[in-house]
Amino acid sequence: MSSQPEPVAVAPGPEERRNWTEIAFQLGALLGLILLVAIFALSSPSFLTTGNLAGIARQTSVNALLALGMLVVILTGGIDLSVGAVLALAMVVLAMVITKAGLDQSIGMVAALAVGAALGVGNGLLLTRLHLPHPFISTLGMMNIARGAALVITGGASISALGGGIVKFIGNDEILLGSGDGAVSIPIMLFVVVLAYVAFYFFLNRTVVGRHIYATGGNPEAARLSGVPVDRILVLVYTISGLMAGLAAVVLAGRTDSGYPNAGLGFELDAISACIIGGTSFFGGVGTVSGTLIGALIMGVLRNGLNIMSVDTNWQTVVIGSVIIAAVYVDVLRRRAGQSR
Amino acid sequence: MTTTAGPADVLLRMSGITKRFPGVVALDDVRLEVRAGEVHVLLGENGAGKSTLMKILGGAYHADAGMIELKGREVKITSPRDALDLGIAVIYQEFNLVAQLSVMENVFMGREPRIPGRPGVIDWARMRRETAAILKELDLPIDPARQVGKLGVAQQQMVEIARSVSASADVVVMDEPTSALTDHEIIQLFRVVKQLQARGAGVIYISHRLEEVPQVGSTVTVLRDGRYVDTVPASTPIPDLIRLMVGRDLTKQYPKELVEPGAEVLRVEHLERRGVLRDASFSVRAGEILGIAGLVGAGRTELVRAIFGADHLDSGRIFVDGKQVAVHHPVDAIRAGIGLLPEDRKTQGLVLLLSIAENISMASPGDVSRRGFLDMRKVAARARGFVESLRIRTPSVHRLARSLSGGTQQKVVLAKWLASRSRVLIFDEPTRGIDVGAKVEVYQLMTTLVQQGAAIVMVSSELPEVLGMSDRVLVMRGGSIVAELAGDEINQERILAAAMGQEHVVAA
Ligand SMILES: Nc1ncnc2c1ncn2[C@@H]1O[C@H](COP(=O)(O)OP(=O)(O)OP(=O)(O)O)[C@@H](O)[C@H]1O
Ligand SMILES: [Mg+2]
Repeated sequence: MSSQPEPVAVAPGPEERRNWTEIAFQLGALLGLILLVAIFALSSPSFLTTGNLAGIARQTSVNALLALGMLVVILTGGIDLSVGAVLALAMVVLAMVITKAGLDQSIGMVAALAVGAALGVGNGLLLTRLHLPHPFISTLGMMNIARGAALVITGGASISALGGGIVKFIGNDEILLGSGDGAVSIPIMLFVVVLAYVAFYFFLNRTVVGRHIYATGGNPEAARLSGVPVDRILVLVYTISGLMAGLAAVVLAGRTDSGYPNAGLGFELDAISACIIGGTSFFGGVGTVSGTLIGALIMGVLRNGLNIMSVDTNWQTVVIGSVIIAAVYVDVLRRRAGQSR
Repeated sequence: MTTTAGPADVLLRMSGITKRFPGVVALDDVRLEVRAGEVHVLLGENGAGKSTLMKILGGAYHADAGMIELKGREVKITSPRDALDLGIAVIYQEFNLVAQLSVMENVFMGREPRIPGRPGVIDWARMRRETAAILKELDLPIDPARQVGKLGVAQQQMVEIARSVSASADVVVMDEPTSALTDHEIIQLFRVVKQLQARGAGVIYISHRLEEVPQVGSTVTVLRDGRYVDTVPASTPIPDLIRLMVGRDLTKQYPKELVEPGAEVLRVEHLERRGVLRDASFSVRAGEILGIAGLVGAGRTELVRAIFGADHLDSGRIFVDGKQVAVHHPVDAIRAGIGLLPEDRKTQGLVLLLSIAENISMASPGDVSRRGFLDMRKVAARARGFVESLRIRTPSVHRLARSLSGGTQQKVVLAKWLASRSRVLIFDEPTRGIDVGAKVEVYQLMTTLVQQGAAIVMVSSELPEVLGMSDRVLVMRGGSIVAELAGDEINQERILAAAMGQEHVVAA
């Protein structure tokens, strides 16, 4: 006996309705974002200026990149607590390669990406080879290792004045579109973020490996028995997450023209929040790239708008916490609505 | 492709297969020989080792000893991937679908079609087209893009079948594929099996429904207690097959004894749940077995779940021993003396990560605890009693429920409700997935229970069981109780006619 009430005629009916609720929910997060923008725009004339919007883009970029990496990890039912610390280590390595070794910024950038990817592989192997019971543990360990290492190699000091090159270009330069008064300057990092989101969208929706990430999170045993190389998928997602932390390090280093070992404190939690606000399920198998983007934007807009309205930073934290809970509750409601049909 | 040693048409040979789990020898020197184009039925009691043997073939488990030959060549299967690459497709007894993904993705998982020239990029259009074609062949009106988690149990099972068919494998294993299917779907399944057979594939088929053996099978191999017993033709008379399986004769399939009905124990009035239940009323007396028949989706499970407080009711009243009880939660039902053996025991009946003993005491902790503390010795002692009386096959009551064979888990759920000494026991598909011997034991238990004054409500899709055990039969259709039959009225024709709504009365 199925749990369906009636052997309903198999018409497109339920199918369409399901899509509508899903679209409505996707819109739900988007509507939330639009609502936020509207509120801030109405309450402060300086919010909707191109200067401030570019500012939001700059402030959101790092979290948006980390959230992408976090998304693929959470899709497998995992979590990566190490991204903030990995970002810090990659950032100081980048800075040291450029300043201490005197190499070109491009080599510093490659070094940062390599550090991120390597620590990500480490996370993956800890999970799949040492069979640590949960990625919470392996990445918690990695978080401390990376943070400690960043402090050790810099002696706790920050390194500044990285000079010019690709890192500065990505993190600090802007392109001027249009001319005269109507000209808008768009930060280069915005292009990097957009490119990353397009690439991840394609990767997760169009490729075999991308779908295997969903399968691994949805039902690991079923995936394994279907011939999906579950362990390799797991190593891959942590590697991707580490790589994104490396990329975020490049952006942040360019933006701040420095590398400092205390960078990225708490960034992992922002990345996780962005995923969750965007509708990613903690149990794995459910989550989208577009939702994650909206989640990251909601976080960025919220911080920026509250700043403009000069809300105390401590209160900002309270607000963001409430938004996370509210967003997940909406998700719960949606699921319940989906079941009772 | 290559055929060398051995008789030309032996497709698969497993020999000397041995598998030990801590405390259990699941398989001991077992052999199995499958020819191309045959349907090889694997029979055995619960826990005989059938699923374990197939998991070894599918690469999910590793054998401790033994050899597998495919088309005359020895092969090493160390992972599910190996098995798939060798052309072995397995439908496992437990569902193995990713609920969050679409039907087509599940059908093609692990071998997604790719766009030529673009490595790793899925060809969604082709995937959809081919899935639609397979579903059509199976006569399944499901949208390939539909999320699997939103399908009913039977449809999910059919998706698994679609997957194994689409793999165009040489060896297709089906571990109890029909236990969740309706008659119509079973007919479709048999057609598919015949097609696989005609294509020259070897099909290994596991089922506890012995009447299916001559319908689909060519050859039968029987296992008992992890050992090979015999291989015989599928035309072997069923009593002989039973003797091979259980090692003894089963005298009476339905040990029904007439019990003088006593006072009314349970009465429900005008139960309503929007879109699910419509004005359902009935009563059952002590000493009575009330069968509830109907087609899949008629609302039977929904009815009993609502009575048990597992699902919400829009309106209606429930009386136990003449007193109205408010049932908002299973706890209320259990207090009132109602017990439910759910249809899907794996997810609803058992806590798989707790031991057998703890599961048995779950619904009646009061009997084995003092001031909130469980007396683990009593818990174990009581469990041992049930392990003996129900012949639950396990080395210890401290085993995790997860490690038991499918049918054995069923017996543990049964023990749980027996332990709670409910006044009304609701059995939803009580014998699904359990072997012939255990079936008779369950029937015997029912008989004993009603003799002791309990009332039993039995939801069943197995007509012979409804006919053989019920004192009265309710037939449901579309969420309503459409007929009540008693005495001589209880026969196959009347039940089917009512279940189908009179108009298309065809023998199923
Ligand atoms: N993962 C496991 N851990 C421990 N014991 C196991 C495990 N899997 C199976 N067993 C044991 O191996 C034996 C054979 O189980 P198996 O599942 O193969 O039986 P089966 O013939 O398929 O029975 P059923 O008809 O109930 O499905 C049983 O005693 C079972 O408890
Ligand atoms: Mg089995």
